[in-house]
Amino acid sequence: MSGLDLARDAAPLVAIRDLAVRFNGVPALRGVDLHVARGEAVGLVGESGSGKSVTWLAALGLLPGSAAISGSVTLEGTQLLGAPAEILDRTRGGRVAMIFQDPASALNPVLTIGRQIGEALALHRGLSGRENAAEARRLLELVGIPDAGRRLSAYPHEFSGGQNQRVMIAMALAGGPDLLVADEPTTALDATIQSQILNLIGEIRRETGMALVLISHDLGVVAETCDRIAVMYAGRIVEEAPADQLFLAPRHPYTRGLIGALPPIEGARRRLVAIPGTVPDPRAMPPGCAFAPRCTQAHAACDRIAPALEIIGPGRRVACLAETAGRGSAPTEVAAE
Amino acid sequence: MLRFATLRLGRAAITIALVVTFAFVVLRLSGDPALIILGPEAPPEAIAAFRKSWGLDASIFVQYVDYFGAILRGDLGRSMRDGRPAILLVAERIPATLALTLPALAIKIGIGVPAGIYAALHRGGPVDRLVMMLAVAGFTVPSFVLGLTLVLIFSVQLGWLPSGGQESWRHAILPVVTLGTGGAAILARFTRSAMLEVLGQPYIRTASAKGVAWRAVVTGHALPNAAIPTVTMVGFMVGSLIAGAVVVESVFSWPGVGRLLVVAVANRDLAVVQCILLLVAGTMVASNLIVDFLYGLLDPRLRAGGRAGAH
Amino acid sequence: MTAPLVYAEGLTRTYAMRRGLFSRPVAVRAVDGVTLAIAPGETLGLVGESGSGKSTAGRMLLGLETPDRGFVRFDGRPMPPPGGAPWRALRARAQMVFQDPLGALDRRLPIATQVREPLDIHGIGDPALRGGRVRELLGAVGLSADHGRRYPFELSGGQRQRAVIARALATRPDLLVCDEPVSALDVSIQAQVVNLLIDLQAGLGLAMLFISHDLRVVRQISRRVAVMYLGRIVEEGEADDLFAAPGHPYTEALVSASPAPGGRAGRRIVLKGDPPNPAARPSGCAFHPRCPVAEIRCRVEVPVLRPAGPGRQVACHRVAESPVADLRGAA
Repeated sequence: MSGLDLARDAAPLVAIRDLAVRFNGVPALRGVDLHVARGEAVGLVGESGSGKSVTWLAALGLLPGSAAISGSVTLEGTQLLGAPAEILDRTRGGRVAMIFQDPASALNPVLTIGRQIGEALALHRGLSGRENAAEARRLLELVGIPDAGRRLSAYPHEFSGGQNQRVMIAMALAGGPDLLVADEPTTALDATIQSQILNLIGEIRRETGMALVLISHDLGVVAETCDRIAVMYAGRIVEEAPADQLFLAPRHPYTRGLIGALPPIEGARRRLVAIPGTVPDPRAMPPGCAFAPRCTQAHAACDRIAPALEIIGPGRRVACLAETAGRGSAPTEVAAE
Repeated sequence: MLRFATLRLGRAAITIALVVTFAFVVLRLSGDPALIILGPEAPPEAIAAFRKSWGLDASIFVQYVDYFGAILRGDLGRSMRDGRPAILLVAERIPATLALTLPALAIKIGIGVPAGIYAALHRGGPVDRLVMMLAVAGFTVPSFVLGLTLVLIFSVQLGWLPSGGQESWRHAILPVVTLGTGGAAILARFTRSAMLEVLGQPYIRTASAKGVAWRAVVTGHALPNAAIPTVTMVGFMVGSLIAGAVVVESVFSWPGVGRLLVVAVANRDLAVVQCILLLVAGTMVASNLIVDFLYGLLDPRLRAGGRAGAH
Repeated sequence: MTAPLVYAEGLTRTYAMRRGLFSRPVAVRAVDGVTLAIAPGETLGLVGESGSGKSTAGRMLLGLETPDRGFVRFDGRPMPPPGGAPWRALRARAQMVFQDPLGALDRRLPIATQVREPLDIHGIGDPALRGGRVRELLGAVGLSADHGRRYPFELSGGQRQRAVIARALATRPDLLVCDEPVSALDVSIQAQVVNLLIDLQAGLGLAMLFISHDLRVVRQISRRVAVMYLGRIVEEGEADDLFAAPGHPYTEALVSASPAPGGRAGRRIVLKGDPPNPAARPSGCAFHPRCPVAEIRCRVEVPVLRPAGPGRQVACHRVAESPVADLRGAA
């Protein structure tokens, strides 16, 4: 019943397999597997440097040439990694659109809003002239910019942060994408504006059936918006589960740590359970589980064996020896591998 | 807008006044024109007469006030050497200088800007390293060294081109190349860093993410932004069209404004020197104003606020 | 009630702001009539979005900025004018911790030197014993002597913020003003620093003004909370109480914008319009253009902060006519 099962059964919209990225030899992503089904909302959670943004920048070919990328990313069967520029240019903005954290700097400061939206319309919908302008205006109205017709000739610096993110969303919608990848879309915005943007994305999804990947460090934001959540740590997915289950019964110690570290907004106050230590240096990754040095439940094997992301239930995967060992294979066997 | 323009023009006027004052003070304190023009053996009466006729017998303050007043009336004085109006003397040299500096400017822009863009787009590649190497060489080697080296190679050794004078277009080749190379190197480096800065901006990634082909990202999104700082640099180069060739004109005995300046300074031909300095300051200030104007044209953030009523 | 350590009344601060390159500067009221009191050993949370004036209010409370109107009393005495000897002496008793620890630290000096600096400046303790005090301070914030020998760039974000806190505590201050101290940190590190601040506050009996946009963190650390909107306090009350039953519609929207993971329980209240702009303050209640329950009166009449239930004050015409509990019950 869960989104994950559907994603597995039907062909996924986007399938990422064993995606790895290195910058100058330093690993940023160490084998990521992730599927996104049509119309589904997937959350990607993790702290800075966990690789959640890099995953999607790599998938869409948006990393600088110095990045060494391996693995596979397919969009309905079409390989995107190393694909010719024409295929990538048609995919980006056409089938998969992306919006970013800081909308003010993500828009070109010397071009009008109308021109920047119009460019996407010309590329993916072949619209020009008056048609193009009319559609750009419709999109601006759709994302809730008042006085859209006149605002087309305005520049990004004439908009507020929240409005710029709306413009980014209008631009993303121009190509009628099947998937919107939103990379920390509300992190730079005030709380009340964050609500507006999340609401807008929700409304658009209800109308268009567009799938969503929401990348965020904020568990609350992701929990509220997404069907399924993948938690990333040090360049890997460590746990994946339907949103409600992840918070009710987190299985990976890191996920538990993240939830424990979050102060409650209601009920009794409790002392926060902070995760000790810091994220490992990507230049000196622990040989076993990357979380082992900070994990209160780690045992000897964790320092030697990097756990694989294994299915532990319907729609649930976890990469933790303590969690997976008890289920399928005996701990000794795992350790002997 | 009017307030802004007035402010700018006022500042330009002050700049020019300061240049004029500086030149006046330095020249008057560094030698007596009468002695230099008439020679040390000239009879004292002749020197006294010369001083009187040029107003050099008055106190330095009176001279300064007179001089400033004359400039404000549009009178730039006469050459002490041949008595002709200084402005005419300078004006007839301008075409010769422009014959060097204009083609040199074309080389600077024509080679420097594309080389900088190309180097930025292929950062770390062989072309980038070559451009950077040439750029460093181009602005560490002084123009007289480069000029003399070119003369050694193309005039003395190979005998292909003349080493000085202004008889034909072939005489212009070496000085133009000398002038253009250094400027092109500076501009290439500048354009490269401006371009690299822009290419690292999030909006470049946004353009790629919406499916704009890389070539169009560069031309449509990166270049208009990188143009903003580059225009400043080109503006300064335009500002030096008149005075930027002093050394090269001397090396190649090219009878332009620069040579006139060198001769006039040596002679303490005050009116001529000051006329040239005024001209130089004027072009500098004018090019600065043009750069400011272009800035507003290229960067909407600098245009008058309040349009489209941003909250 | 004990006498407050800091008491500020009617604080008002106006800046001149230029909106365009060519336009004339406009007077912008960043803080408008703020009254605050913090008892010794108490933590007051100050919540608000960008442009709410919460940081400016914090700086005035510390005497780093002088109010245009209103006054601050520290330990019963008026805040001395900035620059003088009494003002400098007060600096030792009231310290500040900012959001960006890297910006607050000198990147050319080792951590221990920087923690020691306030001791040298204020001439605190025997110079020979200061090294020991520095080790003690580093230990109190969970840093080792080895960390002390390192430079800021050699530490992680969380460790840097610990170093900043150690330096702020060097002079044994009575008041600590923290301006978004954990906002730049990752969740797991944020929890470490929040726990540390709570422990230090309890252990040292510090009074604290904790400024943040993050309601969860503010609730965790504060006993009382004040919510600011466009330079004014719109609601103040006991932290648990205030977040469980917000009185002001703005507080209610803020609380609903801070979703609880584990369920989509609460409905999200989405406010219309842009974040408040201090340069274009609406008439009447500054919140009325975005308020879901505004009425005609709100457009003309500025609501004052009035008691609304135990320990609670709200500046809202709607709440004034019926206490908080009633309003919640009706909704």
